[in-house]
Amino acid sequence: MHKIGKQTICFDNPPSILEAASIVGPKEADGPMASYFDKCLEDEFWGEKSWEKAESKIIKETVNLVVAKSNLATSDIDYVFAGDLLNQCISSDFGLRESNIPYFGVFGACSTFTESMCIGSVFVEANGAKNVICATSSHFCSAEKQFRFPLELGTQRPPTAQWTVTGSGAVILSQTGQGPYITNITPGKIVDMGVKDANNMGAAMAPAALDTLITHFQDTGRKPSYYDAIITGDLGHVGKEILAEMAQSKGYNINSNYNDCGVLMFDKEKQDTHAGGSGCACIATVFSGYFFKQLKDKKMKRILLIATGALMNSTSMQQGESIPGIAHAISIEI
Amino acid sequence: MEQINTQKQYDKLVKEKSPNSPILRDCFNAFWVGGLICSIGQIILDFCIFKGMDATLASTVVSIALIAISALLTSLNIFNRIGKFAGAGTLIPITGFANSIVSPAIEYKSEGYVMGVGGKMFTVAGPVLVFGISTSIIVGIIASIF
Amino acid sequence: MEFIQSIDWLQLLRCFITGGTICIIGQILLDKTKLTSARILVIFVTTGAILGGLGIYQYLIDFAGAGATVPLTGFGANLAKGAIESVKEIGLLGAFIGGVKASAGGIAAAIFFGYIASLLAKPKIKKQ
Repeated sequence: MHKIGKQTICFDNPPSILEAASIVGPKEADGPMASYFDKCLEDEFWGEKSWEKAESKIIKETVNLVVAKSNLATSDIDYVFAGDLLNQCISSDFGLRESNIPYFGVFGACSTFTESMCIGSVFVEANGAKNVICATSSHFCSAEKQFRFPLELGTQRPPTAQWTVTGSGAVILSQTGQGPYITNITPGKIVDMGVKDANNMGAAMAPAALDTLITHFQDTGRKPSYYDAIITGDLGHVGKEILAEMAQSKGYNINSNYNDCGVLMFDKEKQDTHAGGSGCACIATVFSGYFFKQLKDKKMKRILLIATGALMNSTSMQQGESIPGIAHAISIEI
Repeated sequence: MEQINTQKQYDKLVKEKSPNSPILRDCFNAFWVGGLICSIGQIILDFCIFKGMDATLASTVVSIALIAISALLTSLNIFNRIGKFAGAGTLIPITGFANSIVSPAIEYKSEGYVMGVGGKMFTVAGPVLVFGISTSIIVGIIASIF
Repeated sequence: MEFIQSIDWLQLLRCFITGGTICIIGQILLDKTKLTSARILVIFVTTGAILGGLGIYQYLIDFAGAGATVPLTGFGANLAKGAIESVKEIGLLGAFIGGVKASAGGIAAAIFFGYIASLLAKPKIKKQ
């Protein structure tokens, strides 16, 4: 492993993504990606008493599922890197407390999925671990409750608002395996362009995604056309358009191979999800469900995965702070 | 396209790319739903007075009735659908106040009855009471001077 | 049926239009500003209390009936009206008693029904 350029790490022995698993909620199961997920829930509680317990169960079961799919034993997993949106990452903490795997709680808001994959891949490449799990979760109801309003409050969502994805995605990174491989990672900087509107997260995160995207191209010397797909996490319809336009103005045309998991997750017109999906689980489930299979089946050969996060909480919003964004990129190739 | 370097330039781009709320449709829905809620209140008021009730008492009956209906609709998971459609049409009448008390009460039940239901009930309605009552006290004090 | 015959339809129309118009003001605030619904409710109740204190809101109530009393501005005006009336009866202390006393029914009902609802209902996701 060696560093190239400003902030990219290039792996000499690229870790393989051994297996991926995803579980989603009922609304996601109605969306266009439904057939790709491993399991679709019929209700948001999944037999639990609170939204928080339900989210913990989702990440717990997703981790169990990815281990089962990989044919490894739990004891073969050296570390787990997991995170979510709830305060102090309680979904991951509680969901994985009985897993008996050494655990790192990771927080990067909705960028957590690639953040944990960045850290996990470094562990694996540095021979600190043979197999690690990277997992994230989010839940529409627990996120609404923590960040916005009670579900029964009769409010209107503005057209720029996004819909937190209910679900969880998990991957196993391994020293062995036939790929796809994580070849480069470009951890991102915190970028704040002064957006204060909590109902327009895509716009708050797009500048961070742009910064990471351009840095990745500069560091690696690659062009946008190198990738079959460039995928952001949850910029949604608004953020996606902003990113594409700003990238073009900087001389990087990504229009033909760029998409966003928040855009892919829901049918905007039928599902009334306004600007699209968001949340840690958005990119985690769409990658684990869809893109991982595309890579496995060799329908895609190189993708750049950029999860984006909005680093705010209700206190910072009430104090009138703007919303800093962050984005971490990983390039996955076969 | 011009380069985006400052927050101000970015703010302009964001405004350009962000769809606006359909304000005409929203206002129309708010108007007729809000008007309808007030009219239901008026009919209850008239009925109470028709039955010989004192006007002030009748007004209180209107409030309690509308609050009870809102609480029921909130519990049945119907109020938020009407609210999504009508916006300020259900928010501004006393129904919105009732909904703002009932909805956190239901949502925070999982944190227990004392700090969950009892404590969180006023997350939205609390400020309304604080500013409403404080203003009325100031008004009263001023009135006592003149 | 006598009651239906006694309905003043013109009065009902004034109520409908006034109530609806007050809601439109709220809707414009919702759509055009980034104000949360809690802030908008506070603005309405405070405005109502001030207009009530100045005696202006009473004209609107005389004109529109429930169209003026049902919106939250009416709640604010009622608080102020109660405070003023109580001050007239018992002096300064009335400022602290009158407002809440006049609105006690609504406040108590909202709290009570909220508590009852929490006993009976379970949180559910918006289906849309």
